[in-house]
Amino acid sequence: MDDRQIRISAEDVSYTYDGADSPALTRVRAEIREGEFVAVLGHNGSGKSTLAKLMNALYLPTEGRMLVCSFDTAEEASVWEVRRRAGMIFQNPDNQIVATVVKEDVAFGLENLGVPTDEMIPRVESALAAVRMSAYADAAPHMLSGGQKQRVGVAGILAMEPAILIADEATAMLDPSGRKEVLETVKNLNRHKGITVVWITHFMEEAAQADRIIVISDGRAAMEGTPREVFPQIEKMREMHLDVPRMTGLAAELREAGMPVDQSVLTVEEMVEEVKRLCPLKSGT
Amino acid sequence: MSIEVRHLSHIYGEGSAIRTVALDDISFTVEQGEFVGIVGHTGSGKSTLVQHLNGLLKPSSGQVLIDGEDLNGEKVNRRALRQRIGLVFQYPEYQLFEETVAKDIAFGPKNQKLGAQEIDRRVRKAMESVHLDYDTYAEKSPFELSGGQMRRAAIAGVLAMEPEVLILDEPTAGLDPRGRDRILSMLEDLREKEKKTILMVSHSMEDMARLADRLLVIAGGKLAADGTPREIFSDPERMAGLGLDVPEAAKLCAALRAAGYDLPRDLYRGEELREHILRIWREQRAEERAADGREARRTDAPASRTEVRKADEREAREAEGRAEPDSRADARKGAKPC
Repeated sequence: MDDRQIRISAEDVSYTYDGADSPALTRVRAEIREGEFVAVLGHNGSGKSTLAKLMNALYLPTEGRMLVCSFDTAEEASVWEVRRRAGMIFQNPDNQIVATVVKEDVAFGLENLGVPTDEMIPRVESALAAVRMSAYADAAPHMLSGGQKQRVGVAGILAMEPAILIADEATAMLDPSGRKEVLETVKNLNRHKGITVVWITHFMEEAAQADRIIVISDGRAAMEGTPREVFPQIEKMREMHLDVPRMTGLAAELREAGMPVDQSVLTVEEMVEEVKRLCPLKSGT
Repeated sequence: MSIEVRHLSHIYGEGSAIRTVALDDISFTVEQGEFVGIVGHTGSGKSTLVQHLNGLLKPSSGQVLIDGEDLNGEKVNRRALRQRIGLVFQYPEYQLFEETVAKDIAFGPKNQKLGAQEIDRRVRKAMESVHLDYDTYAEKSPFELSGGQMRRAAIAGVLAMEPEVLILDEPTAGLDPRGRDRILSMLEDLREKEKKTILMVSHSMEDMARLADRLLVIAGGKLAADGTPREIFSDPERMAGLGLDVPEAAKLCAALRAAGYDLPRDLYRGEELREHILRIWREQRAEERAADGREARRTDAPASRTEVRKADEREAREAEGRAEPDSRADARKGAKPC
């Protein structure tokens, strides 16, 4: 039995946009537990961003219930309780920076919460330290790279000391090194600060690093499992217009040609191990 | 048409405290029909470079020659030269503004004062080139389209000017896998069927491996390498030194060679790796069969490492469930309370 506390619980959540003919989400059932790093996959328009916004009480379910740290997002009194606990970071780094100095940007959320200044300063400092941006506390945000801006965005959420971080394609507009730096930052927060992470992404290599994957397709929770359980189902993934990591694809092709490679290979290192296992080099050659 | 870049340098803020050399003595020639990928770390100067190729920026020194004519020459009809080179910016869909897709695509040709019939022909042709069905989408608002469709509509707006060269800055950024794939197959068709000369800036080495005939690697404002993907990707260490990746298949090739396997050093496509791995595996099996005259070893292979790892992961999850004092459970002691 998994006795970790449930952080987010979607109980048959449906959501229909105003004026839309069909629901964006249909009876989605999902549980996310404390300390988990869960990736959410789905093609554009699948409903995954809608799901994220429901987790943050930006939207309220048309049907069903969304519980965040046991608060029902639909109850008016709990909206701020939810938002304080579930911080959200979005795709475009430029759209979420509000101040002209990095540390003031990080302090913005705290000011809104009415945190006193003497408490605010150490919280801002430690949030910037956690994303390794302390050296830029007095810098102007527009001088930063995309990856650095997103890390400042993460620090702004971190300063509010949330239990949950929801990232809606936070790396989509970054270059490869920016992407790596933001994902590493968030993985660290997950591992060392116990923050539960919901990571929405189009990059399969990022999802491969999650504890668990939830695939949304046509507004429904279509698949769920560890990356090793989800990605080998290549046909199903392709039907949902999704990719799999390159090495998982290569493993499937090798199996098709008769070579018994493990189908749950995700990375280059694992593929090398498989080749070594199946084609051991003789010593001296 | 050919583009020749000769000793091109560009300096921002000359004479000021923020003087930055963005491009430093770059020379290369792009021939008719080539598909050239431009790669480089953010801030390397790639976007500055492409903005010189259609005259949006003027070189501080050096020249850009279009079919031998200096784009910035005194007597040159810059407007006419520019129209032969279509530039698609990053996130071009942000520039869509008309009521319908057809009107948006017609905007450029209309400005060129073309006749209604010619405009209609170009709109239809451009939509076909970007794989947007005319009957379905022409009269739709661009804002009803998906992100990937919007981007293709924006590219159609550039194609409607019928440029001979198409330059795209990060055409797949921010799209989902299906949107990315649609853009790439559209570009493949533009090259194969329409024989367009294409220059593409991208961070995705996988996209470059699929499309590019040739790669220009820009680093610190200099042309650090100019060669085929096969040449460039065969040196993952050098690329890493420039802050750049190589395709996964090239990484696998390097890792297998480092492990002692006999492979050419310059494989970078998944299907090449597949064939070589199968070759190695088949050769070994044939040798084994020859050695002991029966189907051998295959079943003796040790348990797959990923199987072992999966078991470990299961165990770890169970251990967490029992809240045993392993490292994960320790970490969770510090888990953020609600």
